[in-house]
Amino acid sequence: MRSIDKLVVALLIITIVSVGVAFAVFSFYDPIQAAFHARLQQTIGVPVEWQFNFQHPFSEIARSLYRFHNFLLGINIAICALVAGLVMVAVWLYRGSRHPVPTRTTHNTPLEVAWTILPVIVLLVIGTWSFSLLRKTDFPPQSDVTLKATGNQWYWTFAYPENGGVEFSSYIVPDDKLAPEQRSLRLLAVDQYVVLPVDSAVRILVTASDVVHSFGVQSLGIKKDAIPGRINETWTRIDREGTYYGDCYELCGRNHAFMPIGIEAVSRQRFDTWIADARRRMTQGLPPSGHAPTDVATAEPQLKQKIGSGP
Amino acid sequence: MNPPAMNPPATSYSPSTEELHSSDNDRPRGLLRWLTATNHKDIGTLYLFVAATAGLAAVSLSIVMRLELQSPGVQWLVDSSGAPNGQLYNVIVTAHGLYMMFFVIIPAMFGGFGNYFVPLMIGAPDMAFPRLNNLSFWLFTAGATLLTCALFVGTGPGTGWTLYPPLSSIGHRDASVDMVILSLHLSGASSIVGSINMITTILNMRAPGMTMHKMPLFVWSILITAFLLLLSLPVLAGAITMLLTDRNFGTTFFDQTGGGDPLLFQHLFWFFGHPEVYMMILPAFGVISQVISTFSRKPIFGYLGMVYALVAIATLGFIVWAHHMFTTGISFTAQAYFALATMVIAVPTGVKVFSWIATMWTGALDLRTPMLWAMGFIVVFTVGGVTGVNIANPAFDVLAQDTYYVVAHFHYVMSLGAAFGLFAAMYYWLGKMSGRQYPEWAGKLHFWGTFISANLTFFPMHMVGAGGMARRYIDYPEPFSGWNMLISCGAYLGAASFLFGLGVFAYTLLAGRRVTEANYWGAGATTLEWTVSSPPPYHTFATLPLIEAPPLVSSEANGTDVRRPVSS
Repeated sequence: MRSIDKLVVALLIITIVSVGVAFAVFSFYDPIQAAFHARLQQTIGVPVEWQFNFQHPFSEIARSLYRFHNFLLGINIAICALVAGLVMVAVWLYRGSRHPVPTRTTHNTPLEVAWTILPVIVLLVIGTWSFSLLRKTDFPPQSDVTLKATGNQWYWTFAYPENGGVEFSSYIVPDDKLAPEQRSLRLLAVDQYVVLPVDSAVRILVTASDVVHSFGVQSLGIKKDAIPGRINETWTRIDREGTYYGDCYELCGRNHAFMPIGIEAVSRQRFDTWIADARRRMTQGLPPSGHAPTDVATAEPQLKQKIGSGP
Repeated sequence: MNPPAMNPPATSYSPSTEELHSSDNDRPRGLLRWLTATNHKDIGTLYLFVAATAGLAAVSLSIVMRLELQSPGVQWLVDSSGAPNGQLYNVIVTAHGLYMMFFVIIPAMFGGFGNYFVPLMIGAPDMAFPRLNNLSFWLFTAGATLLTCALFVGTGPGTGWTLYPPLSSIGHRDASVDMVILSLHLSGASSIVGSINMITTILNMRAPGMTMHKMPLFVWSILITAFLLLLSLPVLAGAITMLLTDRNFGTTFFDQTGGGDPLLFQHLFWFFGHPEVYMMILPAFGVISQVISTFSRKPIFGYLGMVYALVAIATLGFIVWAHHMFTTGISFTAQAYFALATMVIAVPTGVKVFSWIATMWTGALDLRTPMLWAMGFIVVFTVGGVTGVNIANPAFDVLAQDTYYVVAHFHYVMSLGAAFGLFAAMYYWLGKMSGRQYPEWAGKLHFWGTFISANLTFFPMHMVGAGGMARRYIDYPEPFSGWNMLISCGAYLGAASFLFGLGVFAYTLLAGRRVTEANYWGAGATTLEWTVSSPPPYHTFATLPLIEAPPLVSSEANGTDVRRPVSS
């Protein structure tokens, strides 16, 4: 190998690997989200402008999934860098002008065995971690609270079947009804927030009344399809008091994009007070008491510009 | 020792007098030639033109989507009162998906290049059932037409290409969804007929000496695709027929109020749907193998491994369908099984990727346009492949399901992967089909424009998907606006590249430099289509070519093993 070739090949490899590593590090820590959440005084599960990684996790499961994804991301980048690197090095070393006479090699048994066995090992490692996570997400612990979410075209109905049948519907706040300080929550803000206690195992039953919907809250690491005639179960345990936003994740017709989910996580005591109050109000035919949604803009005014102030 | 396989084909194929005579008589002229086409090359050409038209429609629809999603808020797709017209957006998404899945990639690869080159590559005079071939083409065209009509009936089919009930039953009352179902029936019948034709041709009409293990990998990929189509399409046909009767005749297969189950449709649909996505990519695998071998001037590395990797991928493709349904509440064991089976597919796929690179290794690389597309394919397909392994993990899939992360994944393997394979094939064979060669600089510009814009379009989709942006949303919260603007800009650049590419093809067909040689790629191109003139005579191989005695035996001296067919 000529020395100039060695140099170029080395440079190619170094470039690819360092770009990959830089991307991995940047994604792994996602400084954009970290800065956003560090500056907020209140906890809020929303997407962040120019974010790289998954939404900042606010539940035990979401955190494990986030970590698991970072591990997968590392493997992804390594494989992509390897393949892209090999292609580029091959182009450099074996371009026709430099290497005009091709060899006739069509077999190399040790190499072929290696590139069959090594992926199997990598997959076994991924699978082991993956299945232990699946066990965690699919076998919920003894629940403290049960929430039933029913998808409708195009709103959610929430019920607390174990708390005296408190039930209410939650609609999107349309653009023209948004309060000025809610602008940054366009398409996320709802008129009735689901209230859930923190540090409690919340069992979530999901179903639908008309077509298939899907109940998903990215920052809590939950998503379950809402299928008419079926009741699906998932669970979460929210870390901190705050507001978390989710969406409908299965195409459900005209207003699919306009049925967000708003979850307000409060302390256990406040939850008990709220549910008793909601039950009392229900008997009077009133919706559960409103609450002040944690708005990004009110939580940290300077950030209003950063995450956009709406049209 | 230099095995004969590597020599350029000794002579160009020249039609016998008999053959010339017959083509004078048998060949219908003018419009009738195309309307009543039974010649495999004519039908292949027709398939390519109709698929390109459908492709133009599908790409245009994606540009409408990107225009709408360029900025938050609904700017374009509003109804008469100015409110967001989500139904219209859903119809556009649905049409984009249905066109691409049923009327662009598979017809172009399987119907177009498959029809044109499989008989040439195995040394057969034509397809086994030329008239069935004609039926297959016209059923496909009728299906594409019916789908196009369906878009303008009632509120249009806003169901997504997956047609999940109850949205596609009680959610859409007018005839548009019925028309979509019937159009898929037509397309499915066309594909089944085409598959029977391909399987029969490949199994029975190979030239003397062309054993199965000497067939070019493109032929293998078409054979395996044909089996996938044949085995999975009847399941789709059953599912959508049940949907049709649910909609019109009061049955309740997918209606829980009558004892049915909406989830049953998803199982049936994906039992077809997952093999379907492999039908799109396997012919691309075949093309890439031909192209890389040709432009490395080396036989493909590990031919048998490549063949059986294709077989393995196709077989596994039938038993992984529920990985599209991890969030539907299927049991823990079902999730674990489908995750495991899905991850196993990464192994034969890895074998293919590494074998392609090994083919390039120690070759004499000729970086012309088809090779650029093929190398681009390897890179983007790997990116799409690794995210595929990620979302094969059911626990993690909860974060990715139905977000743009999945959109990014399947566009990396489809819009970049399968489409790159399609363009590689186009540049590789255009001179052979038309007798005119594209301008090299234009092909390269087309490649780089597409490569850069496609990555600009689809890579940021991982980020918005991770942020939680759901698929098929007409509008999104402001935090996604930055990435979405970038995605839209990439899409516009991609559309410009696509139009430029169509322009290159049109220029080549009308005014490209004439090709004089049969084998204009030189020593690397060793398959049989390079022995016939460019363009090939109307009837080829009226006298069957003889494939030389197997050069399969390993040469002890250099440890090589040549498995490429050679014409005598």
